[in-house]
Amino acid sequence: MSNPILQVRDLRVYYYTERGPVKAVDQVSFDLDPSMRLGLVGESGCGKSTMAMGFMRLIRPPGRIQSGQILLDGVDLTRLSQEEMRQTRLRKIALIPQGAMNSLNPVMRVKDQIADGILDHGEALSAVMMRERIAEVLESVDLDPRVANMHPHELSGGMKQRVCVAIAISMRPKVVIADEPTSALDVVVQRQVMETIQRLQQEMGISVILIGHDMGLMAQSVERLVVMYAGRLVEISQVADLFHDPLHPYTQALISSLPTLRQKGVFRGIPGITPLLLNAPEGCLFYPRCPKPRDVCKDRTPLLQEVKPAHWVACHPYGGAA
Amino acid sequence: MTAILELRNATKIYSSGLINKRVTVALDQVTFAIEGENPMITAIAGESGSGKTTMGMLMLGFLEPTDGHIFYDGRDLWKSSKEEWIRFRREVQAIFQDPFEVYNPFYKVDHVLTVPIEKFKLANSKQEARSKMEEALEAVGLRPGETLGRYPHQLSGGQRQRITVARALLLNPRVIIADEPVSMVDASLRATILESLRKLNREMHIPIMYITHDLATAYHICQNIIVLYRGSVAEAGDVDLIIREPQHPYTQLLVGSIPWPDPDRKWGAGQFMAKGEILGGYGHGCRFAPRCPVAMPVCREQQPPLYRTHGTRAAACYLYKDSPTLEGRDIGRVLNQ
Repeated sequence: MSNPILQVRDLRVYYYTERGPVKAVDQVSFDLDPSMRLGLVGESGCGKSTMAMGFMRLIRPPGRIQSGQILLDGVDLTRLSQEEMRQTRLRKIALIPQGAMNSLNPVMRVKDQIADGILDHGEALSAVMMRERIAEVLESVDLDPRVANMHPHELSGGMKQRVCVAIAISMRPKVVIADEPTSALDVVVQRQVMETIQRLQQEMGISVILIGHDMGLMAQSVERLVVMYAGRLVEISQVADLFHDPLHPYTQALISSLPTLRQKGVFRGIPGITPLLLNAPEGCLFYPRCPKPRDVCKDRTPLLQEVKPAHWVACHPYGGAA
Repeated sequence: MTAILELRNATKIYSSGLINKRVTVALDQVTFAIEGENPMITAIAGESGSGKTTMGMLMLGFLEPTDGHIFYDGRDLWKSSKEEWIRFRREVQAIFQDPFEVYNPFYKVDHVLTVPIEKFKLANSKQEARSKMEEALEAVGLRPGETLGRYPHQLSGGQRQRITVARALLLNPRVIIADEPVSMVDASLRATILESLRKLNREMHIPIMYITHDLATAYHICQNIIVLYRGSVAEAGDVDLIIREPQHPYTQLLVGSIPWPDPDRKWGAGQFMAKGEILGGYGHGCRFAPRCPVAMPVCREQQPPLYRTHGTRAAACYLYKDSPTLEGRDIGRVLNQ
């Protein structure tokens, strides 16, 4: 087995507000293998987008990376200088931010927006080579090379989203993070975009982190899934194992809140609301909503433990009280 | 017995441009009635641009049909008197997609509940108004003490959306039209909101039109479904039949793309025009023909009628031309009533 391409160790990203620190990402550790599709799922406000911005070192004050390591191919991103980090972005790790397709420049042609990133990262290509590179990346996201000469308003939502994917892979990074890449798209287009991303992972060996709240989309498009709750990771597993045998009560509730084809009319919401991450207490943060709480859960934070091969969970009844 | 709300050949055409007029048929001759006898939940499904919101707007009286008629209690809505309009506005209620834009951030959330009470003079005293509000909130599973007196930013998206359901309920409506009520809410909270809609339908006998692009939730809460493609009805009927065995190639594509939360049930292998999506105009034929994998020459010449392929379903596709055509294109005939 090859070494993980990305290793996150005890990452903490806090926002310092006037009322105290908000622990948006707390004690997060996990590995991402080369050429793997990993899903990161959680409700809004659980810190999943903050985590993505953390990996890119794009956290702005009052937020900051408090501590921890982000090892990309053995290099700790948290220790790079601003300029080194700038060169790492797009070249080694790329982000497709939430709503990216609406942030394409409306007065620039697609080809110039793709070239922009490549040139800015110091790649000196001749005009002919640049044209070839642009045609190549468009081709790889299933777009006609003629799209290069178009403006964003001439494209449909799915095509715009694919242009964003093309920009992200234009320098062949090792890791691509996609934050809710299909949230505004119809199911058919959503599936096409996801299939494109999947193909890139398979053909170019890119590792993909897919961020979202749609467990259905995750079941269809990733291999391994990380479940996040209130800034912490609560469960990590291969996707099939996670759906067949969810261990954490939050994951169980999340799965039973979904409509499936098998049982009609049997799906229910998760009672209660997500906790405020301001001055978060000790103990398990899911405790107030948990259907099977124990006394220990209130006082001690459960740690992620491997309770089955490649299946990790942070929950006391599974022995996480170490 | 007359239907509560009826669309008869309702058509909406938008035109734009002064010199080169461009015409978009947003909804093409839809005939359909909401009965009050056995109130059902009916989904109007389709992708963006399918005309589902236009259909909702027509039913809400926000848009006037370009052609055809809308009847409320058997009377032409657009020929109604002022009093009839006021009654219509109270009895046909809407729930919209965005639980953020409905609220004015400077007012407490109570505002969205007190305004309709005042406008429609639903209460004679402050206490009566208060108890009506509490009753409506409880009906959608909210605790009044935790909701009233708060500002919108203090509540979650799910809570805010449930307050808009409570607002609709407050007016004691005869029909509710919900346009994408859960698409902006977290997946884990959708179930709760949909459950409160289902409760309104079952316990208060209110027929609901559920406008959505999400077939998975439509399958769960609805009895009937109408699938629109570019303004015309592709398929309609019993939701179980249609989701389990879609007949129209477009519905097959849609159903095949539902991301079911089940790793054992993967997206189908069917590839439908991933490259080069077709944008813009269409000729006389079936609107799906340019993307259809089984299109025949006839599909490009003439728009297919609705064929009644089963007692409770119809599909607008020449594959089913051996079935009888649906009388008067009236979708109501194949819906569960």
